[in-house]
Amino acid sequence: MSEEIKANNMNADQEYGELTALLKKEFPKAVLGFHAHRADETVVIKRDSLESVCRFLRDDRRCTFEIMTDLTAVDGLEMDMTPRFEVVYHFKSLTHARRVRLKVPLDEDDCKLASIHHLWKAADWYERECFDMFGIIFEGHPNLKRILMYEEFEGHPLRKDYPIDKQQPLMELKEIEERHTYGRHP
Amino acid sequence: MTDMSALQSRMDTNASGEDFSASVMSIEIGPAHPAMHGIVRLTTQLDGELIVGMEPEIGYLHRGFEKESENSKWIQVIPYTDRLNYVSPLLCNIGYSMAVEKLYGIEAPRRAEFTRVIMGEISRITDHLTCLGAAAMEVGAFTFFLWFIKAREYLWELVEEMTGARLTTNWTRFGGNSMDLPEGFLSDLADRISKLEEIMEECDKLLTRNKIFIDRVKDVGGISKEDALSFGFTGPMLRACGIPYDVRRADSYSVYDELDFEIPVGSTGDCFDRFLVRMEEIRQSASIIKQAADKMPEGPFMTDERMLQYPDKKDVYGNIEGLIDHFKLVMEGHQPPAGEIYMPTEGGNGEIGFYLVSDGSGDPVRVRMRPPCFNYVEAMPLMTVGHYVADIVPIFGSINMIGGELDR
Repeated sequence: MSEEIKANNMNADQEYGELTALLKKEFPKAVLGFHAHRADETVVIKRDSLESVCRFLRDDRRCTFEIMTDLTAVDGLEMDMTPRFEVVYHFKSLTHARRVRLKVPLDEDDCKLASIHHLWKAADWYERECFDMFGIIFEGHPNLKRILMYEEFEGHPLRKDYPIDKQQPLMELKEIEERHTYGRHP
Repeated sequence: MTDMSALQSRMDTNASGEDFSASVMSIEIGPAHPAMHGIVRLTTQLDGELIVGMEPEIGYLHRGFEKESENSKWIQVIPYTDRLNYVSPLLCNIGYSMAVEKLYGIEAPRRAEFTRVIMGEISRITDHLTCLGAAAMEVGAFTFFLWFIKAREYLWELVEEMTGARLTTNWTRFGGNSMDLPEGFLSDLADRISKLEEIMEECDKLLTRNKIFIDRVKDVGGISKEDALSFGFTGPMLRACGIPYDVRRADSYSVYDELDFEIPVGSTGDCFDRFLVRMEEIRQSASIIKQAADKMPEGPFMTDERMLQYPDKKDVYGNIEGLIDHFKLVMEGHQPPAGEIYMPTEGGNGEIGFYLVSDGSGDPVRVRMRPPCFNYVEAMPLMTVGHYVADIVPIFGSINMIGGELDR
């Protein structure tokens, strides 16, 4: 890799945008960290203040993030991240033509945080998917059930300790084999 | 999320006090219904023919894209992205490659970017042609469907010429494309685009002012601006509501800022607006393709950055640097610097966003794709309740659900 790419990486983490400054001013206790790697403004906030920060991002005239673009989580098990999980929110403001990423660190033993389905309707299904894939509980969600996997599925497939080759047959294999022999000519 | 308010209000106004709740039927539409574009189940509550509640159920095509990607090397993810949106695979290829390039902090050469614009817009047109053709066929316009599939075929032949495959394209690489423009491609392109424009003109006359068609789609499945934003709508669905949000303009990635195009918007966000917006976007994309072909610069189609592209075979067998680079790229994979990025691009359906996390090793930590039609299917109850059961078909056709990107 060339020197130029390395130099780009070095100074990217140092700067942050005006939105980070605004959030730090409005919620001094909630902001745990920030960075602007590759100009993606990122603010790490405390779990308890998620709802108030999100409400501020949506309603304040200086923010007006109309669209909740994405919600997902990162399992930092292999990176030895503490705490293990990070819930990642992406928002887009059309008025101010900017994006922001919010991250909420979550402990493995206490994977719970407030639902924001009442602020953006998109959060309803995003939170269901995040629960399905990572087992993160969104408190106050009206219908927190699996969305991509089936109800009987055990475990949460995008967790790093869920093996990729694990099989969970819906019907016992024995039962299927018995059915086969039933119709088979001796 | 059963919305019974429509029924409730009817019951309240009924003076005789009769209980009509028994008249509500629960009907399963799908998972494998011929009028569903893919495998999705809509549990619908009907009062006669009136829809009073709906619950969509998805996940029938879940293949674990994210899990597979996180257990692959960065470069091995590209073929998986073909299978996300299988009517516009190149847009997913381009979105993913641009995301990894953002992670590296590099840009592809200009010739590669212009080629990507051309191929991306071809894919956008095929995406819209498929959506509109199928939606029109389901409300009875079969000729329109055949004409559009014919036009799509012309474009897929171009895609085949460029990538070697019609659908499983696997075309982009980090820092460029796997192949340059083939010989005579630009003249073929001009020929096909003029054929497409002829078909567009014919089909426009056939359907846009057709009374039968308009009666089926006008004022059906509308959604307000506020709800569309709250549900996270993007792409043609949001533009049909009158909000000119297009990632190509708003984030101005690639070389779109050098090309001149309009962003068509609707007003009420009903199925007819979505139809008109997509029709106009096809014309705009054709214009973008012509401009990009005219401006096509000379130069390399792949970055010469080491450890990004595989070295030439003559270097692999001819000198030690080439051999080691090749060995390390094959065994350890590409190693983007540690960090996280979100790269939005405009897909055929709306905003395709890749959220990638790298720890600096060759194995991706997180590969997340934001599927645009996830939000549309979520909003299906809002768009259908209060309409009749026959309206489900045009509404569902207009949201252009693609199972591959919805369930990943």
